[in-house]
Amino acid sequence: MKKKNFFLRYPVFTIFAVLALMIILAAVFAPVICGDSDPTKGSITEAIMEPSAEHIFGTDKMGRDIFTRVIYGARTSLTATFILVGIIFVLGTVLGIISGYFGGIIDAVIMRIADMMISFPGLVLAIAVAGILGASIPNAVIAISVVSWPKYARLARSMVLRIRHADFVEAAVVTGSKTPYILFRYMLPNVLPIMAITAATDIGGMMMELAALSFLGFGAVPPSPEWGQMLNDGRNFIQSAPWMTIFPGLAIFVTVVVFNMLGDSLRDILDPKDKAR
Amino acid sequence: MSKKDILSRLFQMLIVLVGISFLTFLLTYISPGDPVRNMYLANGMMPDEQQVAITREEMGLNDPFLEQYGRWALNCLRGDFGKSYSLNKPVVDLLAARLLPTLKLALFSMAIMLVVSIPLGILSAVYKDKPIDYIVRGLTFFGVSIPNFWAGLLLILLFCVQLKLLPVVSSSGTFKDLILPAVTLALSMSAKYTRQVRAAVLDELNSDYVIGAKARGVAGWRILWLNVLPNSMLPLITLFGLSIGSLLGGTSVVEVIFSYPGLGNLAVSAITSYDYNLIQGYVLWISVIYMAVNLIVDISYKFIDPRVRLRTDSVRR
Repeated sequence: MKKKNFFLRYPVFTIFAVLALMIILAAVFAPVICGDSDPTKGSITEAIMEPSAEHIFGTDKMGRDIFTRVIYGARTSLTATFILVGIIFVLGTVLGIISGYFGGIIDAVIMRIADMMISFPGLVLAIAVAGILGASIPNAVIAISVVSWPKYARLARSMVLRIRHADFVEAAVVTGSKTPYILFRYMLPNVLPIMAITAATDIGGMMMELAALSFLGFGAVPPSPEWGQMLNDGRNFIQSAPWMTIFPGLAIFVTVVVFNMLGDSLRDILDPKDKAR
Repeated sequence: MSKKDILSRLFQMLIVLVGISFLTFLLTYISPGDPVRNMYLANGMMPDEQQVAITREEMGLNDPFLEQYGRWALNCLRGDFGKSYSLNKPVVDLLAARLLPTLKLALFSMAIMLVVSIPLGILSAVYKDKPIDYIVRGLTFFGVSIPNFWAGLLLILLFCVQLKLLPVVSSSGTFKDLILPAVTLALSMSAKYTRQVRAAVLDELNSDYVIGAKARGVAGWRILWLNVLPNSMLPLITLFGLSIGSLLGGTSVVEVIFSYPGLGNLAVSAITSYDYNLIQGYVLWISVIYMAVNLIVDISYKFIDPRVRLRTDSVRR
């Protein structure tokens, strides 16, 4: 087969990678897109205006432009989601590798804690943690991290266990390789691809959980623009100003769809097993 | 599962419960709010410093952490979860009153989920890579990606504001209350479950005995109804049990949107008013229910799957 360009070979991945990039760029260049419109300041004379040429998504109860807030909201949502996925990815992978490689008491302690977290409905604890720590985006990230790392730790551990006694690992031990070297050189590279796929497919879901916490009032605090919190604002005006709920929700939905598709297509590329299906 | 397995599971559950109770207690202990002040404020009083100090001593809040935890845990074992600061009622009564509405909501949405996802999943597996499969997969993708709080708001917008068919606030106590919250919950659950039904049926369809039966000329519908479907339902029961659990926790968002008088709504208001006894009681109740459901699902395997029964029997011999 003639070698084709990677992006031409996987058109679905390419399309959604471009879309994801566009969302990220929109977040980065929010000030350029929105001009001098401020996401936190509005004029009360312009409160609750229908979508028009001037305010294409309308304005909210404080007279703030919803389009501006949605674009700036992408900054909050994307940053928080990437940090969250990064934390559980690193934490889960490290704990899983340690647990699987060393075994014994370390394994028992880490896995019992993980069991405890899993034998429990995640969102309940996340709400409790976020609520008790106080409403803020960092606390919401901590709350979801606390309940989400065990899934990653278990996955990493199971993969380490599979190769723990493989010949090449035994050979490394016998020839005197230091433990950190084995962990980084042999364990990590074997675990990483599947972990990365899992993280990529989880981005959309994590984004929704963060937005849900903000929606309940345990995440972003007003007036900072965040999609979940904007929906919460709009909820009280659903009869008189439906645009306040439609557009922030649409932003979450579109972003989640793009990142879910991106994650799924990445999995299809990297994991040929699933293709048989 | 033999009796020994069940006992060891119960023991594990006990350890997990102790862990969870410790964690929630620790969290409320280190949290920034002051329970005494919050209690007074919730009752509309502005206490002075001396009063706060006296109440603090009375409630045992000056004792060492472990002593406080031990006392609270013992009381919980006796069924006394303390008093809610913000609502001035025993926590047990509050939780008990809200349990039934949440269970109703959960069961109704699960019924919708089963009715929708089992036929769709089977159809999509049987007609794999045909138009109907693509439609079903597209729908499940849509269902998984739509945030349920937004879906709920859109449903309100459509059915309550535009069409004026249903009430915006679901707390009148009639059946109408249940419809929109249950549909909202069922939306994303059905999407996930349809995918799982499809995968389970596909697994069975690709197994050797199906190919063998086809080769022997057994009719396709016969294989499907008598062999494939009963066998593929097994893994789904586990997932069904797990979804009951995540439902119990996941109802809070939907309950808040529809002002539905359930446990989740109570928990959210407890957290916003720093009502620690109520939060702790809620977390413990939910975890007990969740673990009990999972245990029942595991035990039910013995009755449904002959392989499990045979395995445990032979082990005992």
